[in-house]
Parts: sequence; C-alpha cells; structure tokens
Amino acid sequence: MFIKNFCYLRTQILHLAQISSMEKQNFVTIADLSKDEILYLISMAQEFEKHPNREILKGKVVATLFFEPSTRTRLSFETAANRLGARVIGFADPKITSGTKGETLKDTILMVSNYADVIAMRHYIEGAAQYASEVAPIPIINAGDGAHMHPSQCLLDLYSIYKTQGTLENLNIYLVGDLKYGRTVHSLITAMRHFNPTFHFVAPKELAMPQEYKIYCREHNIKYIEHTEFNEDVISDADIIYMTRVQKERFSDLIEYERVKNVYILNKAMLCKSKDNMKILHPLPRVNEIAYDVDDDPHAYYIQQAQNGLYAREAIFCRCLGITLDDIKNDKTIIN
Amino acid sequence: MNIKERLVAAIENGTVIDHIPAEKTYQVASLLKLHELTEPITIGSNYPSGKLGKKGIIKVSDKFFTEEEISRLSVVAPNVVLSIIRNYEVTEKKTVETPDKLKGIIRCNNPKCITNNEPMSTIFRVVNKELGTVRCHYCDKEQDIKTVDLV
Ligand SMILES: [Zn+2]
Repeated sequence: MFIKNFCYLRTQILHLAQISSMEKQNFVTIADLSKDEILYLISMAQEFEKHPNREILKGKVVATLFFEPSTRTRLSFETAANRLGARVIGFADPKITSGTKGETLKDTILMVSNYADVIAMRHYIEGAAQYASEVAPIPIINAGDGAHMHPSQCLLDLYSIYKTQGTLENLNIYLVGDLKYGRTVHSLITAMRHFNPTFHFVAPKELAMPQEYKIYCREHNIKYIEHTEFNEDVISDADIIYMTRVQKERFSDLIEYERVKNVYILNKAMLCKSKDNMKILHPLPRVNEIAYDVDDDPHAYYIQQAQNGLYAREAIFCRCLGITLDDIKNDKTIIN
Repeated sequence: MNIKERLVAAIENGTVIDHIPAEKTYQVASLLKLHELTEPITIGSNYPSGKLGKKGIIKVSDKFFTEEEISRLSVVAPNVVLSIIRNYEVTEKKTVETPDKLKGIIRCNNPKCITNNEPMSTIFRVVNKELGTVRCHYCDKEQDIKTVDLV
C-alpha cells in the first residue's frame, strides 16, 4: 500500500515537473493538434459563449501585429482580448508604423516580446508565424500567414460545426468553390481527420482540390467524393456546406472563368432537398457566391459563424497564456 | 609511376571523394566547405569515367568528414564514394545517406516563404527519399530536390 501510494505520488510529481517545464504554447497551426486538444479548445469556447465578459486576463498585455491589414481578423482578436480584461497594443498596418521599417521580423518580434505576454500576428509571408514562434520568448498566435495557414479561422469553423451539429463525428461536409487556393478548406480537412468525416469536393476543374490533399485524405482514411456539378441533388445529403469565393484572378484561362463563375453560386431554390440539420458556412467576406435570398433561410449560418470567432479566439488566448478549462469553469472574474 | 596516376597524388592520411559527376565537383567542394580548410586539398575534374562519362575526384589530407557533412552531399551527388585513407591504405569506404532533415543546405523555391525574406537558415524534411521529395519546415511547400538551389 505504501509502495503503491509512493509510486502514485512520484508519478504526480513527475507530471507536475513536466507541466512546469512544458514549452510555451504557441498557436501556429492546427495540423499538429490532437483530437483531445481540439475538443478541449471547443469546450473552452463553449464556456466563453456562456460568459464572454470576464477579467481572467486582467494585467496581461496582448500584442496584435498586423504586417498585412485584415480588419475583420484584427477586430475579432482585439475584442476577444478586451472582453477578457487584457490590454492590447500593436499595429494594424505596417505602412503607417515607422517602427518596423527595414527591420527584420525577428527584431520586431523580440522588441514586442519585451512588452507583451502574447503576440497575435498576421503576415503576408508564409511561415512567418512559425519562425516568430521559434525566436520569441513569448507565445505566438498565427492570425494568418499568407496563403499558408489561418488556424484561428479553422478553430471557429470547427466550433461552428460542433455547435450546429452537436458533434464533429461522422459528418458529410461539402467544400464548394475554390478548393485549390482556399487555405480554410485545406485546414478543415487536416483538423477533421480525427472525426471520420466524408468530404465532398465541389469545384471547377481549374480550382479542384490539389493532389497533395487528396493523397493526405487517402493516407488518413478520409473518405472524399469529387463533383464538378453543384445543384440541389448533389448537396441533398450534406450536414455542412462550406462555401468559398471563386476569384477571377485565380484563373489562367478567363474563358473558363466566364463559364464557371455562376455555377458555384448557392441560392435558396437549391436548398429544397437539404436535410433539416444542414448549415451553410462561409469564412467571409463573400462576394456573390451565396445569393442574398439565402440569408433568411434557417440553413444560413455564416453570420453567426463569424461571431463564434470571438469565443474561439478567447479560447486561443487562454490556451497560450496557460489558463486551463478548469480555471475558466471556476472563474470568479465573470462580468454579468 | 605513369601519367594517369600522377594526375592525382596519393595521400598518406585523409579522404578521397570519387565518382563525383564532373559538373558537380565544385558544388561538392563548397558543400564540404573545403575553402575553410588549411590542409592540402587536390580537386580534379573532367577525368574520363566509364559510368559517368566525366567525373571529379577530391582528395583532402588529414581530414575525415562527419556523417552530417557527408549527408549534405545527398542533395547534389548522392552516388559519390568516400574512401578513408590511413597510411596510404583505403581502410573504409562510405556512401552518402539521405538524411531525414536538411538544415541550411538548400533554398526554398517559394518566393513568399519566410526563409527567402529573412536572414535565417532553411530547414527541410525529406518526405520521400526515393523520389527526392522535400518539404519546407516553414511554408510546407513540397519540392523536388533536383530542382532546388543550394544556399
Ligand atoms: Zn518554404
């Protein structure tokens, strides 16, 4: 009995030692998060949805560094920090910030690390957040790095799917539009690999899902079906329809663009055969790929989806600042 | 001693790198950072070779390369053979192993990659040794090792 207790105690101490020596928690990509980590973050987001206003980050300073302007994403991160009681420093556009002229990314990151507890950064250069996370002594949150990753968008997409379907398991997910350059759809495939989804790729030939992602699906036993047609019959079995923008500048062949530009537009009439639980998501901003007559339909979810970004980003800040789900559940700083 | 043998003098101790494709001879020299060495070095190129047509040979006295140094050669000359010479005798022959990771050896061919926009070292994971596919640690772009430039 003594030995058993002793062993238990020893395991606990080792466990604590591991936690205290744990590396800082960055949020740079969703690709290396485990199933448990994703579900943990979703549980955190649920708590924040119940009580979004708190002072759990009081005394903390959050830096938002936008080397590329993105008002939508920046406002969402800054609102998340403000609603948790943190203070926010940073810049919205490097062109109006003399402090970063000609300076290396490393120097800017190290300079800001002297002031802030966590950095949320957006950059037009791919891999910038990964590199920043390697040089910075404080946690880095990737708020988008060029065409590469946008993991906070992915987490809010996952949270939106979870919230509307009650689960992430065994869903039919239709990805529509630009599947070649759309980073959000690529992240979604990677993150959903834990949950046995069936993907439907609906895209014109020129913007079809790249080979490397189809190989990724096969390697991870993710089922997928490809379509070029987009109509009520194709989408009748969907739990989630994830729309993306088909942009003219992505086409090398403008005749092809003219041919397909109106094919991947979702309108109300196409929803006649849809399942009741089906929800339509879109990372926004939209141009014309969802007709305005869909907005009032109960299947439309893209406006609420953006609001979920607040709860997802509150969860991301807390994860990076070492605040646990238990801390959030037992939080005494809630403002009602 | 005939003329052929005299072209590349024998060494007492050191390393002989043979079967270098002739056009890669100077890249091999640069990957091994031979310009930083103070030991006697002989670089020969355009020797006739049955297998390669023309080949290069490099002899370095009193120098034995580490596995890490040798693995760098996998990028440009994966089929070279290194003979370890001790007391004028070949005591060991080494071939090049493709490593799992390439650090600071090749350039990413994605112009929007951070490694091409910041003074820093590149890191690549070798995802398929047979096909020579590597993936950039920073931008995740997969590329063919035969089409990338050296740093
Ligand atoms: Zn790269």
